[in-house]
Order: sequence, then C-alpha cells, then structure tokens
Amino acid sequence: MVCTPLIQLREEQVGYGPDPVLRDLDLSIAAGEKVALIGESGVGKTTLLKRLYSLVCEHAALCPQQLGLVPELSVYHNIFMGRLDQHGFWYNLLNLVRPRRRDREAIFNLAAELGLEPQLDSSVDQLSGGQRQRVALGRALYRASPIFIGDEPVSAVDEFQAERLLALINRRHETVVVALHDQAAALQHFDRLIGLRDGKIVLDAPSAELSLADLARVYEQ
Amino acid sequence: MSGASNNTGRRLKRLSFGFVLLACLGLLFTDIEVVTSEPWGELARIGIGLLTPDFLATEELGKALLNTLAFALVGVVIGNGAGFLLALVFHWPGVRQTCAFVRAIHEIFWALLFLQVFGLSTLTGVLAIALPYTGIFAKVYAEILEESDQRPWRCLPPATGWLSGFVYARLPRAFQNLKHYSLYRLECAIRSSAVLGFIGLPTLGFHLETAFNQGLYSQAAALLYLFFLMVASIRLWMRLPLLPVYLLAAIGWLPWSLHFSSELWVHFVTWDLVPAPLRGEWGSQTLSSLGRWLTPLGEHALLGAANTLILSLVALVGSGLLALGLFPLVSRLFFRLPGRSLGNALLIVLRTIPELILAFVFLLVLGPSMLPAILALALHNGAIIAHLIGRQSDSLKPLLPGPGSGRYFYEVLPRIYRPFLAFLFYRWEVIMRETAILGILGVYTLGFYIDSAFEALRFDQAFLLILMTALLNLCIDALSRALRRRLRLADTPQQVNP
Repeated sequence: MVCTPLIQLREEQVGYGPDPVLRDLDLSIAAGEKVALIGESGVGKTTLLKRLYSLVCEHAALCPQQLGLVPELSVYHNIFMGRLDQHGFWYNLLNLVRPRRRDREAIFNLAAELGLEPQLDSSVDQLSGGQRQRVALGRALYRASPIFIGDEPVSAVDEFQAERLLALINRRHETVVVALHDQAAALQHFDRLIGLRDGKIVLDAPSAELSLADLARVYEQ
Repeated sequence: MSGASNNTGRRLKRLSFGFVLLACLGLLFTDIEVVTSEPWGELARIGIGLLTPDFLATEELGKALLNTLAFALVGVVIGNGAGFLLALVFHWPGVRQTCAFVRAIHEIFWALLFLQVFGLSTLTGVLAIALPYTGIFAKVYAEILEESDQRPWRCLPPATGWLSGFVYARLPRAFQNLKHYSLYRLECAIRSSAVLGFIGLPTLGFHLETAFNQGLYSQAAALLYLFFLMVASIRLWMRLPLLPVYLLAAIGWLPWSLHFSSELWVHFVTWDLVPAPLRGEWGSQTLSSLGRWLTPLGEHALLGAANTLILSLVALVGSGLLALGLFPLVSRLFFRLPGRSLGNALLIVLRTIPELILAFVFLLVLGPSMLPAILALALHNGAIIAHLIGRQSDSLKPLLPGPGSGRYFYEVLPRIYRPFLAFLFYRWEVIMRETAILGILGVYTLGFYIDSAFEALRFDQAFLLILMTALLNLCIDALSRALRRRLRLADTPQQVNP
C-alpha cells in the first residue's frame, strides 16, 4: 500500500535565521508509518518535529518536550484542552466551572489508561515530572487526530510504563513521528528509524533491517 | 580607546553625578527658605497631637474613612475592568497613545475637570480615579499578559477560538500577577481617594486639611492613624470572593444623587474648554485676540513647566540619595531582625502617606517655599525605592564579612546600582505628576496655575495647562525610557510587591 506521502520535505533548510540547523533535508513520511527520530541532543530533532507539525497541524496532535501545560488548571482541564477547538466559547467556559458528564467520563477513561485517575482534579502544579508528562500525553491523545508528533513523549516515566505508553500512542494513531533517546524502544515499537547527525539524515531504514549496533553509529564521534 | 565607553561603572557614575549636578543647579533657582519664624513650636504641637490622637473628636471620622474606601473601590473596579479589556487590544493603533495620555493627567486634575460638570458628586470622585487608572491598568496588564508563559497557548489545537484559548491557556498563567497588581493598585487608589479630599470631595483629605488648618492636631493624628490601619490591613480583608460584597456595599454607601444634564456637559466641552477667542464666529480679530489670550497664559505655562521640571529633578535626585541611605535599614545584609523591622516600619509610614499630605504638613511647619514639596516628594519616593532595592539586596550573597562600609560600597552598591537606577528613572514620571499636583498647595508648579485658572472660572486656560502638563509627562516618560534603554536597564523593573 503506497499512497502519496503525508508529509514531504524537499531540499529544505530547517531552522532559525541565516544558519539553519538542518540543511538540504529530503524526507517524506507516508500515512500509516510509525517513525522514530534518533540522534544526539541538540542535533535538531525538536526543530524538525516543529517543522513537520507546522505542515500537518490541522490533523496532528503535538506532545512537546516542554509540555506546555497550564499548571494552575486541573489535570482534567489540561487534557480537555486537546479538544478546545471542538466546542464554542460558552461550552468551554462552562466546562471550566462545571464539566459535562460526557466529557468528564471520556477524560476519566483516558486518565485511567495513563494511570492519572487519582489526580484528575489536582492542579498540574501539584504533580511530579512523570505525571506531568503523562498529562501532556493525555492532552495529545484526547485530540484523537490521525497523526501524532511527539518530542520525547515518555522520557520522564519508568521503562515499563514507557513501553506501555508507546504502544498506546501507536494504537491510537495512524501515523506517528516521535523523537526518542531510548534506542531499544525505538527499534521495538517503530517500523522506520531516522537518525540525525551534523545537520543531516545519516540513517533512514526500516527497523526490521537494523540492529542496536547500527543505531550506535549515529551517535559515534 | 579610553575606558569610559567600556566601563559600565564609570558610565553609571558619570550619569549619576550629571544628575546630581543638574539638581544642584536647579536648587539655585528654587526658593528653599524656611519662612516660619519658629518651626519648632509648630512641630512640637504636631508631635503632641500625634501622641494624643482623638478618635472621638467627630463622628465624621468614620464617614470620611468609608467614603475614602468606597471611592477607591468603585474607581479601581471600573478602571480594572476597562483596563483589562483595553489590554487585550493594546496593540491596536491609538489605544497605547490614548492610555498614555489619559494616565499622564493626575487624578486631581481629572477631578477638577469633572467637578465643573458633575459638581462635588460621587461620579466626579469615581471617574477621577477610574479614568487614569484605566490607562495604567491597560498598560501594565498588557505587559503582564505579554510576559507570561506562552507555551500552553502554542500547544492549542490550531482551530481553537481566540477567546477559548485565552481563557484556558493565557489567563490562568497571568492571573496571579494580575491579582497582585490590582491589589497594589487598590492601595494606590485609597491614597488617591484620600487626596481628592483636598479639592472638596468628602474623603479623608478634606477632614485632614480642615483639622490641620484649625490646629486640631489630635483629630488629624486620629485620621492619619486610621488611614494607616486601612492601608496596612488591605491584604487581610481584601479577598477575591468578598469583592462583590464590598463593591455592592460601596455603591450603596455612596450618595448617587446626580443632577446630570447633557446640555451642561456639551456646553462645557464645546464652549468652556475652547480657548475664549476661538468661541463662536471667527472674524478678522480672532487671531490677534488669540495672541493676547496666549501671552499671559504662555508665561504662566512656561514658568509653571520650568518650576515643575526643576522641582521634579531635585526631588528625583533627593529620592535617589535617600533611597541609597535608607535601604540598608531594611536589608538582611546590614541589620538583624528586630532592628530591621524598625526600618521597615519607617519606610511603610513614609510610603503610605500620600506626597500631598506630607507636603501639606511640611508647609505648616516650614512655611511656603519649595522646601516642603522637595522634602515630601523625596521622602515618599525615596522610601518606595529603598524598599524595592532593599528587597533586591536580600538575594545577594556577600563575600566580605560583616555589615561594614566595605560591604556597602564594594559589594552591595555596585550590584544594586543598575536596578536602583531603573527604579528611580521609572519613578521619574510619577514624581513629575505629583510635582505638578503640589501646586494646589501654593507651590508655583503647573498645578498652581491650573488651580488658579479653575478658581477664576477660566476653564479654557486650565484645560490648556492640563494638556501641557500631560505633554510634559509624556516627554519625561519617553526620556526616562530612553535613558533606561541606553543604560541597558530593564525597561520595566520587575514588580516587587511593595
């Protein structure tokens, strides 16, 4: 099943100002692909993800590394923000004061999958780093969009949970692009791996053809 | 290359000495004589009054306090609401300038204008506070919203409505700062409201002026103490859920008998405020009579403006010197706790009393000259800045042992000097506004000529002078911003809660 690519970059300079982080980038991602980005920190993964998101933001959920949560609001309201565009202003305003049962149940079920149901009514500033990351993930999942773009979406949770959450992300989205530092998890959960180094793509292959040793080469000095 | 251009310390020093020199020159042109023959006698009587406050002297006392509070509350709530809405559209052309203009005119000048249309009514007092405060709220709220965390806003689904996004992603992030600032503004409004009594509104200033003028110092002391209590306890009684209750109580308390006629209003704006020679039909004589109208007015305006400028400069330098002298009193680096709370109390008292009231008391003691005005402005503003930099110095970690002069001059002063200058220049505009106002006590600043014009019912002249005052303010604001930018000081010093 080969269709027209969902996202396509052609000889693109990605980055800010006159000195782009990524040069002459050629990349296409088709619908249905599950892609992991690997590479050293600072190599431009975040920049690339932002660029990809800007191309498909209408149909994509973003889970940024900096989370972008509203600490003053509850877990429930932060997750609800994933669908803020689905309702009118008055509906949203009322939801701040008195949520509808339907929304409440939907978000409760999602929070339960993320292990956040006891914290549903706590404000985000009361949570630990791992819990916060799961709230940001919940907000992206609640959006229920076909594409998921995540920047280290499970970096702050333990290994066991990370596996489970990555599986959940893949199950809920048709197309997934995430940056990951956990190479084993990248190999295990994603069909295609892209390695960035020195502002270029140095690796782009199906994960079935790769071993951990191949991945290590992306990081070598 | 000489060291001056790449030595920050030297640049700041040169600027500071330049200002001190200008202020000294200014002092040569101001009259700072002590006129009364025996200032100590009056001072002693005031001192005795302060020691024997008479809280039962008049039943008007409670009424005056409640009036002061009610005017402030209603004015601030209106200004807050309107300012918040304007903050959302602060980038629209014209909004920024209009707000700057509206806040460049002091509450008392607004009150003098509204007085002519609405009389000594509640509306006059409320509008006089609400209008300039709207301009201030709009500016500060726009800054707070701009500087608060934008990341949640960027994570919203792209099709989210602006209002929904604002309520979820921006308002909660800015809310604490907005709340703190409006609380601080309520404190300012209580001071403004008290001062409005000096032009006849039934607030604290009115009774204070009467009591002082009649030498009833015990009664005046009681008024002052209750005023302190009211301002100092704001944070105890002002709770957001209680605000509607307070607001309704204030609206219910204030007398709203209003004889408003739109005719009077229209007449005032289209006739009284228009320069006399330009009213009605214009003929061949118009130009020459306009010239005759402008000549004495221009003289007043120039004299008033020059006096205002000089006085504000002297007061600015005075505030700065006082602040540098006073801040160690409240700094953890120089004094231990019991002593420090004494310093704190002194600063709280100085910054709680409005400049106008301080100047009024000094005038009684020292007689009419520029000296009372300079002292009042320097003490009030010096205390505010001392408090702010004292707080900042608390976060420094000195290496030199002991609270000695070495620590002050080598470690603390160099480190706090930039924020100090930022606060000081930031305060210049406020000092300027207050300097103009002190004219209503008889000091020859712009306020004096404005007040005289109002008394002579020459509203056209008063209005033009008010516009000039606003213009002067806007110029000082621009100058101080340019100075701060050149010295790479923070454009808006971060708000430390006073």
